[in-house]
Amino acid sequence: MPRSRSHILIGMTTLAVSLAACGGDDNSLTLYSGRGEDLVQPVVDLCSEQLGVEIKTRYGDSAEMLLLLQEEGGNTPADVYFSQGAGFLGVLSADNALLPLDESVTSTVSDPNLVSPKNDWVGISGRARTVAYNTNVLNEGDLPDSFVEFTDPKWSGRIGWAPTNASFQDHITALRGLLGEDATRTWLTEIVANDPVSYDGNTAILEGVASGEIDVGFVNHYYLYRLLAEDPNYPVANHFFSEGDPGALVNVAGAGVVTHSQHPEAAEQLLTCLLSAEVQNYFASTNYELPVTDDATPWADLPRLNSLILPNFDLNLLSDLQGTVDLLVEVGAL
Amino acid sequence: MRASRRIRDNAVVGVAALAVGILAALPIGYLAWRGFEYGFSSSFKIATSSRTINLLRSTLLLAIAVTTASVVLALPIAWLTVRTNVIGRNFWSVVTVLPLAIPTYVGSWAMIGALGPRGMFSNLLGVQSIPSIYGFWGAWASLTLFSYPYVLLTVRAVWVRLDPSLEEASRMLGRSSWQTFVHVVWPQLRPAASSGALLVALYSLSDFGAVTMMRYDTFTREIYLQYRGALERGATAVLGLMLVVLTVTVLTGEQRLRKREDVYRLHGSGARNPQLVDLKRLQVPALAGLGILTTLALVVPLGVISYWIARGVRANEPVWPAWSLISNSLSVSLLAAAVTTVVAIPVALFIRRSPGWFANIVERLSWSGYALPGIVVALALVYLGANALPWAYQSMGMLIFGYSVLFLPQAIGAVRSSLLQVTPSLEEASLLLGTRRITTFRKVLLPLLRPGLGAGAGLVFLTTMKELPATLLLSPTGFSTLATRIWNSTSEGFLGRSAGSALTLVLLSSVPMSLFIVRNQAQVLRPSHRPNRGHDDKKAKHALPSDTSDTR
Repeated sequence: MPRSRSHILIGMTTLAVSLAACGGDDNSLTLYSGRGEDLVQPVVDLCSEQLGVEIKTRYGDSAEMLLLLQEEGGNTPADVYFSQGAGFLGVLSADNALLPLDESVTSTVSDPNLVSPKNDWVGISGRARTVAYNTNVLNEGDLPDSFVEFTDPKWSGRIGWAPTNASFQDHITALRGLLGEDATRTWLTEIVANDPVSYDGNTAILEGVASGEIDVGFVNHYYLYRLLAEDPNYPVANHFFSEGDPGALVNVAGAGVVTHSQHPEAAEQLLTCLLSAEVQNYFASTNYELPVTDDATPWADLPRLNSLILPNFDLNLLSDLQGTVDLLVEVGAL
Repeated sequence: MRASRRIRDNAVVGVAALAVGILAALPIGYLAWRGFEYGFSSSFKIATSSRTINLLRSTLLLAIAVTTASVVLALPIAWLTVRTNVIGRNFWSVVTVLPLAIPTYVGSWAMIGALGPRGMFSNLLGVQSIPSIYGFWGAWASLTLFSYPYVLLTVRAVWVRLDPSLEEASRMLGRSSWQTFVHVVWPQLRPAASSGALLVALYSLSDFGAVTMMRYDTFTREIYLQYRGALERGATAVLGLMLVVLTVTVLTGEQRLRKREDVYRLHGSGARNPQLVDLKRLQVPALAGLGILTTLALVVPLGVISYWIARGVRANEPVWPAWSLISNSLSVSLLAAAVTTVVAIPVALFIRRSPGWFANIVERLSWSGYALPGIVVALALVYLGANALPWAYQSMGMLIFGYSVLFLPQAIGAVRSSLLQVTPSLEEASLLLGTRRITTFRKVLLPLLRPGLGAGAGLVFLTTMKELPATLLLSPTGFSTLATRIWNSTSEGFLGRSAGSALTLVLLSSVPMSLFIVRNQAQVLRPSHRPNRGHDDKKAKHALPSDTSDTR
């Protein structure tokens, strides 16, 4: 039987070339996750069981996963993209690389500001931008009333930030939208004149604040609480700016279905699962993030998301990363 | 008849070498295409912007400083562990190479924790401010500490096999030991030193971990920033191509340095150890130097990792990696080592046998992946794989291929160094005696190349264990290794969990490396006096003593 022999040959070649053959598997979903495995895998396992499909997950940096999608184009094996921030989703949305979602999915999210205006991605969990400060050095009252006042020379050498971090860059993009291009440039220039210390990410900033290398750091709110869980005496606290302040941006980790997905229905079901109360409460209790649906509750003393959201701020505006990176380079922050 | 077969065999080697070179140069093709797409005027604008020029300067400065420091550090260590009676010689032989097992992203992070502002060190001394380790000096120190073993390994491999009779002759003719080193020993070590230095130089061009942690701007850091933020692939391609030009410049420089480099022994009388230098009162400074170096490059990183493990354990976090991660890391690294070493053989043979402009081109092509940041190589292969070879995309084969492109030069360098020590007359004798070329290759050349093949495979294994960007982008979906695990946990702030994997990674890399060094050392320092058997006799006369003991 030459036919079966050639099948065996093909089978063996495939096996030799790919120990873990992927693609072409009808009953499985592929998720490109820009969020880490420690956090996401339990959710993936849960949704996989609930949907009755196998979910293969590729973990990486949100930007890298986006690059992957762009290089793969129509041949992508991915069904769902899960990003750390709205900016990357905005890039895909602008490229029409995401499928519009059913209203049953988008309406689950409590605030329409956390859904793409094109309805092609949804926020999954919220993270507020905060200022972390060293509690041995500062009282909350010592902090300025508005985020923009960190340009005061008295903060010289005391600020930590992460200019390469996607959440920080999203915040700057938001500032460009809120304050305007020129005001943001001026603000950044004045901050740079205050010699901020650059870190690689949020946790590094927090470590810097805790060690006293710096007194305040521009961070996402949720990393701190895990460090506090490890060490209740950790000398750092979060300061949330009041509603409407440029420092009070809420960004979301979000997800969308890839246009070239082979399994769009199952992919959409995965989004529904990510928005279920069980998963929402998991992100809230394990990672101290802010739930985006009404039937889940934020962890302990964290504010509800709605109280932090800037009215009518279009998160898709965050997609102009190029402009932000150019600006950061121009003022010497990068 | 025989001559024509010889030409044909050389052609086969040449074609194989060229094929390997072209495959390795695929990422450059991708970059060129992206740059072309981006347009000439935009490309030119980026290439000549003052920022790019500054990056060029700082990148070169770092590469030169790290390479110089690595050679300056490696030579005395090699001398101490090969030619002197320094106390604990075998211990230091192993320990001084181990920093290579520590990824720069882990090592730099540990260095900051220990030596950074208000880090462990300044707390210990009770001082508030010590000179900042961020910037050039931090990047320089960290890259040097974790990559000088490249030079040490290659230099020592040659030094232990040097024919002592030349040095003895030089001393008898009245030259001092320093003069003997400069005029007799150094010329023989130079090819090895320069191929090790080349690995260091290109490594510091492409490393991302140290420069990011230490906040020092280089080309590679800029490429990562562009990828992460701007998502402008054209601009990134231009920077990548400039990095390629830098690499070619460095390679050309190294080829000039090489010049006359044959170091095989002309006769096989040296089956004995050279007299070891008695350090006497110099023991103390020697030990102090080795001790300080080991503390910085090994004890500090391991200490900081252990601190984070302890913290993770206290917080009841799952600190230790699953078995599957360990076996994944080991199996891809072993596969990558095997494949890369095998494809390096024709390239090394070709460069050795048919030197000239064509061999130069092949060699440079094969080096191209090594100097490019992993993410550039990986994205090029993603593009090619997804669009041209969808059946192989995100397969194990593609991942191994990516590793080979990235690390091929390590294997080629090691095999080449070994080839240089092989007397061509051995092969000629075998051929004259009527043995077929393939048999000669298998029975004469291959056994003699074994140390080089082992060293090359070892280096590729080590670097693959640490490799991150290509693994993240090219591996089959759902496949993770210790390195991706470290990255994953760190990115979400689970430092305790990543520390457990980091320690496992360092230990797993250290064990085979230690065994390899110990075995090599023992082999060389206790050459066999076993009489050669039968028809091997004629050939073996010309061979290196340590290698013949190893033939069967």
